Amino acid sequence: MTAIEARDLRRTFGDNEAVAGIDLTIEPGEMYGFLGPNGAGKSTMVRMLCTLLRPTSGSATVAGFDVAKNPGEVRLRIGVALQDASIDGKQTGRELLHTQGRLYGLKRDDITRRMTDVIDLVDIGTAIDDRVDSYSGGMKRRLDLAMSLIHRPEILFLDEPTTGLDPSSRAAVWAEVRRLNSEFGMTIFLTTQYLEEADELADRVGIIDHGVLQTEGTPTALKRSIGTDLIVAEVDGDTAVAAAAIEALPSVSGVEVHGNELSLATADGAAVIAAVAVALNGCGVPVRALTLRTPTLDDVFLSVTGSHLAPGRNTSASTDEESETQEVAS
Amino acid sequence: MSTTTDTAVPSGPLAHRSSIVHDLATVAQRAIRGVFREPEFFIPALIVPVFFFIVNVGALQDFTEQTGIITDFKAFQLPVSIVFAVTGVSRASALVTDIQGGYFDRLLLTPIRRPTLLLGLMAADFVSVVMLAVPVLMLGLVLGVRFETGVIGMLVFVAYGAAWGLAFAGFPYAIALKTGNPAAVNSSFILFFPFAFLTTTFLPKEALTGWLSTVATYNPVTYVLDGLRSLISEGWVWESLAKGLAATFALMVLSFGLASAAMRGRIKSS
Repeated sequence: MTAIEARDLRRTFGDNEAVAGIDLTIEPGEMYGFLGPNGAGKSTMVRMLCTLLRPTSGSATVAGFDVAKNPGEVRLRIGVALQDASIDGKQTGRELLHTQGRLYGLKRDDITRRMTDVIDLVDIGTAIDDRVDSYSGGMKRRLDLAMSLIHRPEILFLDEPTTGLDPSSRAAVWAEVRRLNSEFGMTIFLTTQYLEEADELADRVGIIDHGVLQTEGTPTALKRSIGTDLIVAEVDGDTAVAAAAIEALPSVSGVEVHGNELSLATADGAAVIAAVAVALNGCGVPVRALTLRTPTLDDVFLSVTGSHLAPGRNTSASTDEESETQEVAS
Repeated sequence: MSTTTDTAVPSGPLAHRSSIVHDLATVAQRAIRGVFREPEFFIPALIVPVFFFIVNVGALQDFTEQTGIITDFKAFQLPVSIVFAVTGVSRASALVTDIQGGYFDRLLLTPIRRPTLLLGLMAADFVSVVMLAVPVLMLGLVLGVRFETGVIGMLVFVAYGAAWGLAFAGFPYAIALKTGNPAAVNSSFILFFPFAFLTTTFLPKEALTGWLSTVATYNPVTYVLDGLRSLISEGWVWESLAKGLAATFALMVLSFGLASAAMRGRIKSS
């Protein structure tokens, strides 16, 4: 039995098709990252899968139950942390966890035991007995995560779990999410607009844009689909002239142009970059930067959608392990 | 974060559906906690009925008693103050906060029975209206109002007023669920005025004339006030009590019919 399965799932709001026919299969124990910009349809997809929103058409099953026909069974088996920490600020953290346990019908002993577990998990200290209004954003997020785990769900949906968090809170959430998946085998469906989050956490990544699943695969496979190495040139002049000069090189099979940026994928960047630099110099187009690096998920996103995901793409897209950036010319 | 927690995926779900009583108690427990954490809510809600009671008695007691229209104007006004105290009291503002903050979605994600989301709030409303009605009753007793029906009559008096308050609460809930807008919920207070003033607020029905008399005939508050007044001045007049309860029940069916429809609409469109 698959953990999550969607077939031609669609949701429209008036004339806007927020999710436009998505097929998806996620296996038990898998951590799936749903990557896309704001408004791509990520949250709509999550809300349909967790029974908050009825699909306009298509079908989906979660934990083996149809989300439209049997939402009650789905709700018993999933935990959900929505985009904004959805908690009642007038209650204390402990009261909210207790209420959450009761809402899921847990027995008194189970509530006591699970509260101990998840209070340990959220690591809020004595503030657990303070009203949530006094919590920081990171504390609210962690409490939200704990509330979604109180009934020990089989499948956890995390809708942009680290948006708005500072780096240390983000790292703490990542560590916990990774542990839930690796140690306990919890299936996790994670939406994010952060490339490094998908890259760090997900076993597989699906890239969504304009309500359509553009591509999916392991982060490594997706990046390899671009090429082993990527040479990127930022130019100030005529990009067509510059592209033609590079394409004329015998070792280059194709150049993609996006704005003032030219990129070419190659199996051996170190061998090709010198020739590219000479070609650009020879065609008379001023070059602002010439970079050799390994592809990132942002490059994958650019390749399938035609635009970058993050405005600060080169910083947010790369991780220490994958990005061997080498400034050649500027 | 700690590394000693037990969040292991179970062999079967730990969660299960509970009884409706359990669900109701869970929602009510949280809502009642919320009531006690908003003391600022009670002060203006108490000032209004006390203010009107003192002003109305001061302005009209001599006139009504000397002309023989009313024998005991304080006893006549005490039910009005109770109605003023409890009408419009609800957790609708808290519901809007839940909707806007996402907690309502979190509730919908649980296996809880949907009707208890409203019924649980009503339980908190009952606590609120009793907390408002009792001080008003005490004020009346201090000022010399005496009950023909004794202590039991006083308890029935509070419960009767509370039932009316609950019946009216369906309107702000309907607005909260339909709009999710705090300004709209606050404006539901406007509904209070026709109910509270186009009736026997200042004079008995026999003294009303023209259109006001006609409107008062169709205003359920007229019958609620009659029932409440009968407990103070006449003893156990079952017909008056029954009419008031019937009027309360009719309004409850209407207001909570609207609230339930708004709830279904919100769940469907969410």
